[in-house]
Amino acid sequence: MSQIFHRSTNIWSKVSILGALVFVGFLGFVVVTISWSGYVTGQGITIDQPVQFSHAHHVGSMGIDCRYCHTTVEESAFANIPPTKTCMNCHSQIWTNAPILEPVRASYRENRPLQWTRVHDLPDFVYFNHSIHVAKGVGCSTCHGQVDRMPLMYQENSLQMRWCLDCHRNPAKYIRPRDQVFNMAYQRPADDPGLGERLVKEYKIADAKQITSCSTCHR
Amino acid sequence: MSVMDFSAIRSRLAGSEGRLYWRSLGELADTAQFREYLHREFPEQASQWNDPQGRRHFLKLMSASLALAGVSACTKQPPEKIVPYVRQPEDLVPGRPLFFATAIPFGGVAAPVLVESHEGHPTKVEGNPQHPASMGSTDTFTQASILTLYDPDRSQAVLYRGEFRGWGDFLSGVKNAVLDQQATRGAGLRFLSETITSPTALEQISLIQRAFPQAKWHHWDPAIRTADAVYHFDKADIVVTLDADFLGCGPASVRYSRDFAARRRAGADAEHNGAEGDAAKPMNRLYAIESTPSLTGAKADHRLPLRASEIEAAARALSGSGSGSFSNQDAQKFLDAVVKDLQAHRGTSLVVAGDYQPAAVHQLARALNQTLGNVGSTVTYAAAAPPENAEPVASLRELTQAMDAGQVQVLVILGSNPVFTAPADLKFAEKLSKVGLSIAHTTHPDETSSLCHWAVPEAHPLESWGDARAFDGTVTIMQPLIAPLYDGRTAIEVLAAFIDAQGGKSAHDLVRDYWTRAHAGQVAGWTITDPTGQPFKSADSMWRHVLHDGWVPGTGAQGSQGEGRGSTPAAVAAPGAAAPRTADNATPATGGLEIIFRPDPTIWDGRFANNGWLQELPKPLTKITWDPSAWIGLRTAEEHKLNDGDLIELKFRGNTATLPVAIVPGHPDGAVTAFFGYGRERTGRVGQPAEDVAKAFNAYRLRTSDALWFGSGLEISKVGRYTLARTQEHHLMEERNPVREANIEEYRKDPEVIAHLGEKPPRTLTLIPEWEYTGYKWGMSIDLTACTGCCTCTVACNAENNIPVVGKDQVNRGREIHWIRVDHYFSGMVDNPETFHQPVPCMQCENAPCELVCPVGATTHSAEGLNDMVYNRCVGTRYCSNNCPYKVRRFNFLLYQDWNTSSLEPLRNPDVTVRSRGVMEKCTYCVQRINYARIDAKREDRKIHDGEVVPACAAACPADAIVFGDLNDPESRVTRLKKLDRNYGLLEDLNTRPRTTYLASLRNPNPELETARPAATSHD
Repeated sequence: MSQIFHRSTNIWSKVSILGALVFVGFLGFVVVTISWSGYVTGQGITIDQPVQFSHAHHVGSMGIDCRYCHTTVEESAFANIPPTKTCMNCHSQIWTNAPILEPVRASYRENRPLQWTRVHDLPDFVYFNHSIHVAKGVGCSTCHGQVDRMPLMYQENSLQMRWCLDCHRNPAKYIRPRDQVFNMAYQRPADDPGLGERLVKEYKIADAKQITSCSTCHR
Repeated sequence: MSVMDFSAIRSRLAGSEGRLYWRSLGELADTAQFREYLHREFPEQASQWNDPQGRRHFLKLMSASLALAGVSACTKQPPEKIVPYVRQPEDLVPGRPLFFATAIPFGGVAAPVLVESHEGHPTKVEGNPQHPASMGSTDTFTQASILTLYDPDRSQAVLYRGEFRGWGDFLSGVKNAVLDQQATRGAGLRFLSETITSPTALEQISLIQRAFPQAKWHHWDPAIRTADAVYHFDKADIVVTLDADFLGCGPASVRYSRDFAARRRAGADAEHNGAEGDAAKPMNRLYAIESTPSLTGAKADHRLPLRASEIEAAARALSGSGSGSFSNQDAQKFLDAVVKDLQAHRGTSLVVAGDYQPAAVHQLARALNQTLGNVGSTVTYAAAAPPENAEPVASLRELTQAMDAGQVQVLVILGSNPVFTAPADLKFAEKLSKVGLSIAHTTHPDETSSLCHWAVPEAHPLESWGDARAFDGTVTIMQPLIAPLYDGRTAIEVLAAFIDAQGGKSAHDLVRDYWTRAHAGQVAGWTITDPTGQPFKSADSMWRHVLHDGWVPGTGAQGSQGEGRGSTPAAVAAPGAAAPRTADNATPATGGLEIIFRPDPTIWDGRFANNGWLQELPKPLTKITWDPSAWIGLRTAEEHKLNDGDLIELKFRGNTATLPVAIVPGHPDGAVTAFFGYGRERTGRVGQPAEDVAKAFNAYRLRTSDALWFGSGLEISKVGRYTLARTQEHHLMEERNPVREANIEEYRKDPEVIAHLGEKPPRTLTLIPEWEYTGYKWGMSIDLTACTGCCTCTVACNAENNIPVVGKDQVNRGREIHWIRVDHYFSGMVDNPETFHQPVPCMQCENAPCELVCPVGATTHSAEGLNDMVYNRCVGTRYCSNNCPYKVRRFNFLLYQDWNTSSLEPLRNPDVTVRSRGVMEKCTYCVQRINYARIDAKREDRKIHDGEVVPACAAACPADAIVFGDLNDPESRVTRLKKLDRNYGLLEDLNTRPRTTYLASLRNPNPELETARPAATSHD
């Protein structure tokens, strides 16, 4: 009895099975690449804002401290976006006629808030708290990047859960002395490899099991 | 539903060995419907899974959803806005809530509260812990009031004959009407209101009366009797109630529950470990002589069901001035024992007469307390009882007679709905059309406002400046949490329109002006001092102080009394020629059944009809949601061949109404209790009767002024069947001794008696590896001796955790989302059973069965022992729920959250995820509050203090039955409570090691009345 399929089909079937696997793998690769890309996470993308506020100018050149505007970063979950009044503290004196600042003046005049678009936008089921991170020695620039070099604000990191967990699983890698938290240019001293572990102990940072419990961030 | 076999129930109870706890008559009769509930967690549509056709459909859907599952993960978040302030208010830290002290009046009496405000929108009401009337707790209505604030169906604009007008138009309309009245010195000017305790408003009333001496003030409250006594349950060893429900309702119930429960608990544990309270005080004993079963009766050590008309005879028997024959054959023996016990506790006993009993019973109770020497120790009486207490309807009757005679030119109805609530024989609606100009001031468009010329929207208490007095007289100055969402005005502003000097002034100015004058000593009766007894430095410092604290020091029962203390405008108006005296409950012996009227336990007199939280809250004792019911006893049901869910037509004094039947064990025979509040004709979307037949569920149609609370001559006939959404049989744990109880004597003799009721497997008997909790170890203790079953915890949880309302249809399918439910068990004989309540939140098991079966790791164990639920991981398999022996997991079968109504958005707690369709949810121990406290503590480099984390249920509980804390702290309150011998875990034989445990229910029965009852036995 002759065979139904010619022998050459063996090779074809092997190729198509392999091809299918490769294709599925490729598809997975595409999905993962897209979901990790800035297109989905917003990483590295600048967003149109009502005023082209430059952190590079205010922080980098003028040397204004983060907390002058983000007043509640040490006491609340929310770091605070400054009220128009904060802008007008200076801009009622300087650059009073600059066209770029017209939305700010209009807001102050008409008592109508500025509407900024969120740059760092976590999903609604995630509850991030600024105050505790600052208190435990996580620097601003660790998550937000070197804001003093950003003419327009963008999201430095992916803010995906695996990125959060990278630090929550091993905070020693990232934390710095408390007095360096607001230092944008902070570099870890190369000659002190044990600093992280020491700070973890000194700041009583809970063990990984505790700070990776789901309800730490999700509730 | 199959018909219940009553004889089978009795024989089953009679033949049972040991104590039997049962949820419902259906369980005892073992009906088909009950079996269905028992064997399927979500009975409706569950059969699809066994049906090949449905299975194929399911597989198709599954493959489609799997294919789409990956895609959904790629959705991009839409851009969101951040809107900072222009000028940020001082003291406001975005992301941290602020709390403001104010009061929410209920029937005119203040419930003192602290309101949580997130960036300017109030989200949660808590009790004011410093205030003697709250002690930090609230009742269900106060908890739910926040939903009313954001109700999109509220009255939104001033209407004149149904057309939009402005507030200015109203003011000029009033001005014209008042001008006309000046000639007749106000002879045609009438006001109708509930009790008013606001000192500012009372002064306004006297000003109006000075300007219009002929004007009259009328009082009508369909459900609350103006209080003329303050009880001190903390001092009472023996409490006897005469149809009084002091634990379940009334503005004072919060404080009374607290005092009563404290005495029960202190007595229970005095000799054991001395954990809590004053060891010198014995456990109190409560005798309830009552008609309709109430929460107070459920808590009682001994309960005597009598018809409402027999309560007076019982009161006479207690005072030794007569002995009657009672329908209940045990009555005489019961009353004799009570008399003996009262005599033995002179000065430390207390007789409480019920709001639903006529003045005669109150007088008897007063005389009894007088003879027993209780006045001044366990009870304080007001000098003079307000006149409406003797004749509650007299004032309203006088008004309707004047309306009928055409004598009323201007009628102002403040904050009540008489068209709906007035006794049927007064025909209020009909007579309202004869009034020249009628003004209704209401929160919602209702029956009254639609028939009045002017409809003025009433501002919600959280939008209002005002003042009000608590049940003990303490004044709270109310401050708004938010600017009025609509064009709402307060009663003070409406009254100001009638006073020349005040017209158009804001409530803030009026209230502040009053208290500034009071501070300066210009208002008779007030001496305002700071808490130390010194005068305030200035009016401004007084104002700031009282707003901050939420009460004016020294205005309580012992302090200065002020004008119109605890009295009502009716007292001020002093109706000249009183209507002919008729007892308000004349009971002609016409035979037939007795009808008893009660306000609905959750929507009250109908005013909360549009509040979804209260509609869906299972009513204590029956666990019916969304509908009213007519309660009957088992024997009467047998006689009339009635079953649960039968529709009956009630005929009383020529009026008819329809109500569905609920057979309530312990209800007196020969009587029917009709609950009023439902059958609203004009209300919002939530309160509107869903079915045509439900429009006739209006017991007000039967209520006449000569039978305000009860009357005889009722006829009933069965007219059909009706589906009641009842949660009584939901989430059953079968017969596994969920409630453990003992007598205080048994417990004293053998503290192990509670432990012997169940089996506790050894710790080693588990496959799950042992884990040591090194940090915090959260746990909860629920004291069943203290719990009164009021369900405030459930509403508080709704508010705190953004829990949606699912509707009657979904409740019927067993899909209610309440994270903490209050289970209700009966024990003993059906005609007068003992009743137990058991709040059941998530047990947060250490060996949690739910965690093992989740295929996607959406429910995991936290390092502190919480059973975390991660909504964003949940794919909705519901395995966890199927594996939960406590049935505390809730699934979002549909999109229950209202994402479209914008006015509900600011209601939600921003610290809790708003869940969507297809995810499981459950109690989290209010993990948002734990995290908040933990972060604060860590930042300050300290441990969380005991009592710093209080979950919403524990905070709201009037009886202080729920205690939460760290089990690793040997000094914490919860640790000490869990060391008590009466501590036990629910279904602990399953070795789930629940973190939530219960303190067994203890009772203190009178040995003389103890009937031989089966000894408590361990489970089989």
